[in-house]
Amino acid sequence: MNDLNEIMAAGQAGNVSKAEFDKWFDERFEYNMKKMAENKTPSMSLIATKGTLDWAYPPFILASTAAALGWKVSIFFTFYGLLLLKKDLSDMKVTPVGNPAMPMKMPFGPDWFKNINWPVPNAVAGNIPGFENMASGLMKETFKSKGVASIEELREISIDEGVELHACQMTVDVFGFTQDDFIDDISSWCGATSFLPTAGKSDVTLFI
Amino acid sequence: MAIAQDIPARELDTIGLNCPLPILKTKKELKSMETGTVLKMISSDAGSLKDMEAFCAQTGHGLLSSQQEGNSYIFHIRKN
Repeated sequence: MNDLNEIMAAGQAGNVSKAEFDKWFDERFEYNMKKMAENKTPSMSLIATKGTLDWAYPPFILASTAAALGWKVSIFFTFYGLLLLKKDLSDMKVTPVGNPAMPMKMPFGPDWFKNINWPVPNAVAGNIPGFENMASGLMKETFKSKGVASIEELREISIDEGVELHACQMTVDVFGFTQDDFIDDISSWCGATSFLPTAGKSDVTLFI
Repeated sequence: MAIAQDIPARELDTIGLNCPLPILKTKKELKSMETGTVLKMISSDAGSLKDMEAFCAQTGHGLLSSQQEGNSYIFHIRKN
C-alpha cells in the first residue's frame, strides 16, 4: 500500500491500525528519501592551501574528475594555494629539502638507471644553488613522460567543466599581489565567510 | 554478434595518457556525441578498468563492454 488515496480511504473506513499506518509511513519515507538521493547532484568543496608543483596536483585532479562525473565543484584557494591561480605557472617548484618521501629519480636513460633512487641529504640539496630548479625540472619531465597532465592543462579542463574557483582576498593583500596577477576565470574574490556556507552544503569537503 | 546500433560512431585513443586524462577526454568526447551512439575508447592506464566502471555508473552512460588486450584496455560506451 504505497498510494496516499488508498491509505486515506482505508483509514476513513476504520480499517487501518496505528501499526499499519506507521509501517506505511516508514516505507513511503524511505522510498522518497531514496528518490531524493538518486536525483541529487553530488557536490564537492576543496580548500587548496599549497602552491608547490607536487601539491598543485590533488586539487585539480579531484576537481576535474568530479566535474567529469557531473558533480558541482568549488575550490577555495588560500595562502600558498592562491599561487595556483597565477596567470603564469612556469615558475612553480617542488623541493626535496625536508621532503624525505620524494623519490629522486631520473626521467631519462635506460630503465635500470631510471629506477635508481638517488640519496641526496638535505644538507646537500639545501646548499647547492639551483638544486630546487633541477628537481622541479626533473619532476615535470617525469610527469610528461608518464602521460600525466600538466597543471595548466588540468586547470583549463576544470574551468571548462564549470569548476568554481574562489580566491582568498586576504592572501592577495598579505602577500602583496594584485588581482591582475591572476587568471580571469576566478568566480569570486572572497573570504572564509562566503566560502563556508558553500562547503557546509557539500557532500565532500577536503582540505588540501 | 554486433548489432548495427552497437557499432562505434567515434573512437578515442588515450594510449600513453595517465589518470585522470582518459576519463576527462572520454567525458569531453561523449559531450559532443548524440544520445544512443557508441564510443570506443582505448586506454593504456591500468586504473581505467575500475575508473570507467565508476564513471559510467555515476554519469548514467552505458558501459557495453570493457576488455583487456595486452597492455591496452578497450571500452564501448553508449552515450546517455
